Amino acid sequence: MTEEALKELLYKIADDQLILGHRNSEWTGVGPLLEEDIAFSSMAQDKVGHSLAFYNLLHELGEQEPDIVAFTRNADQFHNSQFVELPIGDYSFSLVRHFLYDHAELIRFNMLAECPIDEIADVAKKLKGEIKYHVMHANTWMKQLGKATEESHNKMQSALNEALPYALGMFETSEFENDLIEAGIYAGEAAIELKWKDNITMVLEESGLSLPSWNTIKPVYGGRKGKHTDHLQPLLDEMTEVFKEDPTADW
Amino acid sequence: MSYTKEDILLLLDEVKDPEIPVISLVDLGVITDITIVGEHVSVTMTPTFLGCPAIDYMKNDIADTLNKHGITNNTVTVSLKDSWNSDKVTEKGRKALKEFGLAPPPVHNNLIEDLDIIEHAECPNCDSTNTTLKSPFGPTLCRSLHHCNNCGEAFESFKPI
Repeated sequence: MTEEALKELLYKIADDQLILGHRNSEWTGVGPLLEEDIAFSSMAQDKVGHSLAFYNLLHELGEQEPDIVAFTRNADQFHNSQFVELPIGDYSFSLVRHFLYDHAELIRFNMLAECPIDEIADVAKKLKGEIKYHVMHANTWMKQLGKATEESHNKMQSALNEALPYALGMFETSEFENDLIEAGIYAGEAAIELKWKDNITMVLEESGLSLPSWNTIKPVYGGRKGKHTDHLQPLLDEMTEVFKEDPTADW
Repeated sequence: MSYTKEDILLLLDEVKDPEIPVISLVDLGVITDITIVGEHVSVTMTPTFLGCPAIDYMKNDIADTLNKHGITNNTVTVSLKDSWNSDKVTEKGRKALKEFGLAPPPVHNNLIEDLDIIEHAECPNCDSTNTTLKSPFGPTLCRSLHHCNNCGEAFESFKPI
């Protein structure tokens, strides 16, 4: 396995976290109730902090400083899935995305906790404990709103239908997939996807929400290879606005 | 002058969590190693939650405290090698959290498979476990929000991880 393969894996994890962290933060101050405002703000803080840990690992592999990597790349240099860059939409979409994303991330970290590269395993072991809280929060609201009223059910169902093609895009494979699997880094995207489908199906059933047949959903790929929607660049412009005022400032 | 590990631990007892000022970093369990080679003191610490914004404050507070006591030949490092879990909070730390009105994290002996244990956190005001989890996210990353059905008080708990 080459270092390039490892970097690709770390970049896609870190970029997903940074971009979703930024999206989560857009609920700060405008959440539908105080606890939810706090929850999305906390998850935003977690995600951005988690991305920093992976950018630090990349820095140890010779990439630039985390701030430079996070704040000076253009959209086509980001490896995040298109799923995380989509606008926050209404609360049902943000909740459904959070649910679908965090279930995948928990599986990813459980796998990476067994990674033979200690530095990666240490971060993954740490994060899987934290992500459990994100998954718990998501499951609670899926069950609550999936069954509360007809209106809430319909909103959650339509958010789910809208999110699923993009959610499958999280598992877009890289050209290094087999190298990473052979080196025992992790079991690969297809393995995460398989387990993810099982896990989310269980919760969706309890939530009274229906899952379309998987073969009718066309995954939206491209994000991992730098192909993004028109939503990413405006997000980056906003996220980097203060940094770009004075990139050399000492905060 | 040379120091022992115990001397350093005693000095570090002065350094409190910036967000929960009743508990020292030692009792919080985030100091994972102290190595003394000749005159040089190395302190290793680990974050409670990885996104914790207080980590740099803690790191600086440790260095400041050592400097204040004349131990200027020091290094403070943040590491995930021996990463934090809530069982690392000491007995003294748990008592301090409870007196502060914050439910201490339940001891789980690394067997935390699901988070049912926080559904019925023990109320720090009346010790009842007839409580309801309101949200797994509180005012800081390490705290959750609860309501006590027995005494009617709202309270926060230090999250187990």
